[in-house]
Amino acid sequence: MHNSPATPGSTAAQTVAPAATMDHEAFNPALRHHFADAQQQKNAASLGMWLFIVTEIMFFGGMFCAYLIYRVAHFNAFAAGSQQLNIWLGAVNTAVLIVSSVTVVLAVKAAESGKRKVLVGYLVVTVLLGLTFLVIKGFEYAEKFEKHHVPGPTFNFTEKFDDNGKQIPVNPKEAELFFSLYFAMTGMHALHMIIGCGLFTGLAIMAWKGHFTSDYFTPIENGGLYWHLVDIIWIYLFPLLYLISRHT
Amino acid sequence: MATTSIPASQAPGSTTKLNYLNNGHTLRSWLLTTDHKRIALLYLLSVTAFFFLGGFFAMLIRLELLTPEGDLMQADTYNKVFTMHGMIMVFFFLIPVVPAVLGNFLVPLMVGAKDLAFPRINLLSWYLYVIAGALFLHCMLNGGVDTGWTFYTPYSTAASNTNVIEAGLAVFIVGFSSIFTGLNFIVTIHRMRAPGLTWSRLPLFIWAHYATSLIMILGTPVVAITIVLVAVERVFHLGIFDPRLGGDPLLFQHLFWFYSHPAVYIMILPSMGVISELITCFSRKRVFGYKFVALSSIAIAVIGFLVWAHHMFVAGISLYAAMVFSFLTFLVGVPSAVKVFNWTATLYKGSITYATPMLYAFGFIGLFTIGGLTGLFLGTLGIDVHVTDTYFVVAHFHYVMVGGVVMGFLGGMHFWWPKITGRMYPEYWARLSALLVFVGFNLTFFPQFVLGYVGMPRRYWQYPPEFQVLNVLSTAGASVLAVGYILPMIYFLWSLRYGPIADANPWNAAGLEWQTASPPPTFNFDQTPVVTWEAYNYDEIPEKELEAPVAQ
Amino acid sequence: MSKYLPLWPDQASTMASQVDLLYIYLLLVAGVMTALIFLAVTVLAIKYRRRPGVAAHQIEGSTILELGWSIIPFFVMLTFFIWGAVIFFQERTPPADATEVYVVAKQWMWKIEHIEGQHEINELHVPTGQNIKLIMTSQDVIHSFYIPAFRLKQDVLPGRYTTLWFKATVPGRYHLFCAEYCGTMHSGMGGDIVVMKPEDYALWMAGGSSTPLAENGRALFSSLGCSTCHRSDVKGRGPDLAGIYDKPVQLDDGRTVIADDNYVRESILDPTAKIVSGFKPVMPAFQGIVTDEQLNALVAYVKSLSQPAQGSAALQNAPATSPGQPEVQ
Repeated sequence: MHNSPATPGSTAAQTVAPAATMDHEAFNPALRHHFADAQQQKNAASLGMWLFIVTEIMFFGGMFCAYLIYRVAHFNAFAAGSQQLNIWLGAVNTAVLIVSSVTVVLAVKAAESGKRKVLVGYLVVTVLLGLTFLVIKGFEYAEKFEKHHVPGPTFNFTEKFDDNGKQIPVNPKEAELFFSLYFAMTGMHALHMIIGCGLFTGLAIMAWKGHFTSDYFTPIENGGLYWHLVDIIWIYLFPLLYLISRHT
Repeated sequence: MATTSIPASQAPGSTTKLNYLNNGHTLRSWLLTTDHKRIALLYLLSVTAFFFLGGFFAMLIRLELLTPEGDLMQADTYNKVFTMHGMIMVFFFLIPVVPAVLGNFLVPLMVGAKDLAFPRINLLSWYLYVIAGALFLHCMLNGGVDTGWTFYTPYSTAASNTNVIEAGLAVFIVGFSSIFTGLNFIVTIHRMRAPGLTWSRLPLFIWAHYATSLIMILGTPVVAITIVLVAVERVFHLGIFDPRLGGDPLLFQHLFWFYSHPAVYIMILPSMGVISELITCFSRKRVFGYKFVALSSIAIAVIGFLVWAHHMFVAGISLYAAMVFSFLTFLVGVPSAVKVFNWTATLYKGSITYATPMLYAFGFIGLFTIGGLTGLFLGTLGIDVHVTDTYFVVAHFHYVMVGGVVMGFLGGMHFWWPKITGRMYPEYWARLSALLVFVGFNLTFFPQFVLGYVGMPRRYWQYPPEFQVLNVLSTAGASVLAVGYILPMIYFLWSLRYGPIADANPWNAAGLEWQTASPPPTFNFDQTPVVTWEAYNYDEIPEKELEAPVAQ
Repeated sequence: MSKYLPLWPDQASTMASQVDLLYIYLLLVAGVMTALIFLAVTVLAIKYRRRPGVAAHQIEGSTILELGWSIIPFFVMLTFFIWGAVIFFQERTPPADATEVYVVAKQWMWKIEHIEGQHEINELHVPTGQNIKLIMTSQDVIHSFYIPAFRLKQDVLPGRYTTLWFKATVPGRYHLFCAEYCGTMHSGMGGDIVVMKPEDYALWMAGGSSTPLAENGRALFSSLGCSTCHRSDVKGRGPDLAGIYDKPVQLDDGRTVIADDNYVRESILDPTAKIVSGFKPVMPAFQGIVTDEQLNALVAYVKSLSQPAQGSAALQNAPATSPGQPEVQ
C-alpha cells in the first residue's frame, strides 16, 4: 500500500520499470518462468493480493450487514449487550493492533532497503503483538463465559440497557443474538489473526534465511497488506461492537 | 483419459513434438503439475464425474415422478435426491464447468501468456475442488443432506437432521476454489496479455471470463460467510438467523441470493463467451457489434448484483422493495437480449458451415432465448406470485442452465477438442448427439412450463394425479437427453485413439490459441506472439477447402 | 380443464383472470420474439451457407441498431413491469372490509381458525363474493400458502405474520399446496380450498359450534392477567388497548409505528422492543408462554376492541351460537 508503486490501475509505473530491471533478470532466482520480467511478476502479485483483499471485505461484509440490520431491529438489546463488553480490553487491543501495523510498515521499509536483521526483528515483533492481541481476546472470551454471555443453553442475560441513566429491561433472547454476532465477528477476526501470525512467522523464517533482497520482497509487501486488512477490520469492529452505545 | 492419447499421437510416423500431454507421463507429473492445460484436464475429469453423478440423481427424480404416488423411494430419500442433484449440479458442475475447464485451458492461450499468473494457486484451486468433492461424497454416503441446494433457514439450522454442516463445509471450500480461479483470471487478463493485445482486441471469450471472475471474487465470499453462519448456528447454537432470538430468516435469503443470483451469471457468461467464438468462426465473420457484446458481459455482471431479491417476491419483503427489484430485473434483461441479437446479426452475410460446434451454438441461441424470455415472466410481479416455487421456475432455470450452460460447454468442447487432444472427434456422431440433446432437452423441460402454470409446486415427491401426463412426457424426454449426453463421452474417448490427427488450426479460426501447435507445447508458444490485428479478423484469414479434416 | 392433461388452471378468484390476461400478453410477446429469433437464425443460416468462391461480407456493427434493440425491448419490458406491479399492488393491499382468517402452519399441516371460531385442518371453507384476508404464521420452518386456482401464494414465516387476501368467485374444491420446501412431507402438506355459495357457507358455519376467536382472546386476556394493567376505567400501568389497532402509536424513543398485526404480536411476545411513550417497560415477555393459536386469539381480541360496530357485534353474536354448545358438551 505505502511502499509499493504498483497499485492496481497504475500502469504508468509498469511501463517504465521493465527497462530498469531488464539486466537483473537472468540472475533473479525469484522470477517465475511464465513471467516476462520481475516487474510483471510483482505487478501480478500485487494485483492478486488486492483482489484477495476485496474478497475478504465481501466476506466480512455479510456479517457487518447482518449486524447493522439487527441493531436497528433490536436496538435496546444490542445496546445493552454492547454495554457489557469490556471496553478497556477492547481499547488495549486496538492500540496493540495499531502498533503492529506500524511495525509492519517498518518491516516493509527494512526489506526495501535490504536490512535483513532489522526486517526479521520487525516481523518477530509483529507476530508477538498479534499473539498479545489473541491472549487479551482470550481473557475477554473467558469473561463472557463467566458472565454466561456465551450463546447456547447456558446463556443468561439479566442486565438492562442503561439509556442515560434510565434502566430499560431487554429481551434476553435478543441479547443472545447480539452475542451470537459478537462471537461470529470477533471469532472470524481472531481466526484471521491466527492465520496472520502463522504467515508472519513463515515470512520471518524466510527473511532470516535471506530469501528477500531489496529487489525482491513482494511476499513481505503482500503479507503486510493482509496484516493491515485484518487490522482495519478490527478498527471497524471496535467502535461497532464496543463504543457505539456508550453515550454517557 | 488424456494419458491414453500419448502413444497414439506418436504413432503415425511423424516426428514426435514435445507437447503438454507427453511432457511427463508419471502420475506425479499430473497431480503436481502447474500447467494450466493439465489442470484444465484434471478439472475436466472431475467435473465430468460430478455431472454424471448429478445426472444419475436427475434420473432418479424423473423416475419417481413417473407416477403421482411416492412409490419408487421414501419421501426423505426423494428430498435428499433432489437436494444432492441441485448441490452437485450447481456447485460442482455448472459453476466450475466452463471457467475451470475451457477457461483454464484457453485464457492464457488466448491472451498469449505462458500460463496463468499464479499456477500454484491454480493447482490449489483444483485440490480445493477435489477436497470439497470428497467431503460432499462422504456426506452423501453418510446419509446425504435434505435442505435443498438453497439451505433455507430455519429448516437448515433447526429442523433438518441430516449432514447440513458437512455439505455446507463442502460448498464453502468449493467456493474458495472458484474465488482462486476468478482471481487468477483477472490478474492474468490484466497483467499478462501479449504485446499489442489491447482490451479492444481481446476475444469475447476473455471478456466473458473477466466479467465472470468479477462475480466470483465479489459474490462467492458472501455466500461462504452465510453458509458458515448456518453451520455455526448448528454447531455452537449461535442464533444469527433464528427467529426465536429475533433473528431473521429473510436475512439469510438476502445474503444467500446476493451471491446465488449473480452465480447464475457465473454459469451462463462463460458459455456466452464460447458461443461468440463459435458463431464468428463458423460464419467466417467479425462479430456484429464487438463493443456491445463485450460490454454487455460487464453490464450483466454489474446489474446482476442488483436483482437478488427477485427470488423473494412472496417471501415477505415489502411491496416497494419487490417493485424496485422487479424493475432492476428487467434492466438485466437488456444486455442479455443485446447478445442474442448480435449473434443473430453476425450470421447476416456470413459464410456459414454447420459443423457440430455451430449446431450447439444454434441450439444455445434457441434455448437461451426461451430461458431468458421466461425469466421475464418471473420478473413480472403479478405472474411471479403464481409461478414462483412451481415447475415453471424449474423449467426456466433448466433452460438457462442446461440449455444455456451445457450447450455452450459441449459446443466449446467440440470446437477446442482438436486443440486439447490433437485429434478430431467423429463429426457424424457428434451431429447426431447434438440433435438428440436439443430434442431431448425440449421434451424434458417444455412440459414443465405448462406443469408450473397449472400449479405443480417444485420439490414434490407426490402430486395430484391430473399432473401425471405432463410428468410422463418430461421423463420420456429425459431418457432421450441422457442418451444425448452419454454419446459424446463415448466418441470423445474413441477419438483419443482413432480420431484423425488435427493440425494446429483445423477450423481455420482466428484467435491466438490456434496459432500454436495442437496439442500446444507446455509453455504454449515457442515465441511470445505480438498481436497487430483486431479480434475475429476472418477477412484476413484465407478460407480453406470446403471439406474440413473431419472424421466421418 | 382436461382431467388428464390440464393445460390451464381453474380460475376461481377475482385475481385469476387478471393474472391470466397478463400471462397471455407475455406469452404473445415471448412467442413472437422466440419465433422471430428462430426464424432469423434459420433463414440466415440457410441463405448465407458457405458457397465456394463467396466470401463473408464483414460488417462491424451498427450503433443505431444496437441502441434500437436495447431501447425498444426495454420499453416492451417496462409494460410487463408496470402491468405486473399493478396486479401485485392489488394482491398485496387487502380491502378494509375483508373477513379475517387465521392460519398457523406447522410441519406438515395447515391449521385454520375462523374469526367466528371454527377450526379446520388442511381445509379452508370460504364463501364466494366475500373478501377474505388470511393472517398467517408458522410454528417451525418457512412454508408457503399456495392456491393455484386463485393465482396466489405467500410464504408463511415463523415469528411474524404475513397476509394474503382474495375474493373467490366460483364454487368448487381447489388445491391448496405448500410451495416452500419444508421437510419430509412437504408434498403432503396440502389440502383443499372449498369455495361455497354464500347460503351454503352460512349453513356450514352454523353447523359447527365454537366460540368466536375474539371471545377466546378475551378469556385469555383476563386469565393471563393482561386486564389488570391494560384497562380503560382507571389509569392502568399499561396503555388502554381500545381503539389502538391500525392507528399510529407514539413510542418512547420518539418513533411512531402503526399498531398492525405484527406490532401487536411483537408487543405481546417482546414488550420491551417498542415501548409506548409515557409507560414504563414493566410488562413481562410472553414468548414461550403463549402458543401461536393463543396469540392469534389475543390479536383478534385486541382488534375487536377497535371495531365498535363489528367487534361488539362479534361478541354479542357469540351467545347466538352458544345454544349449540350444550349439545356437544
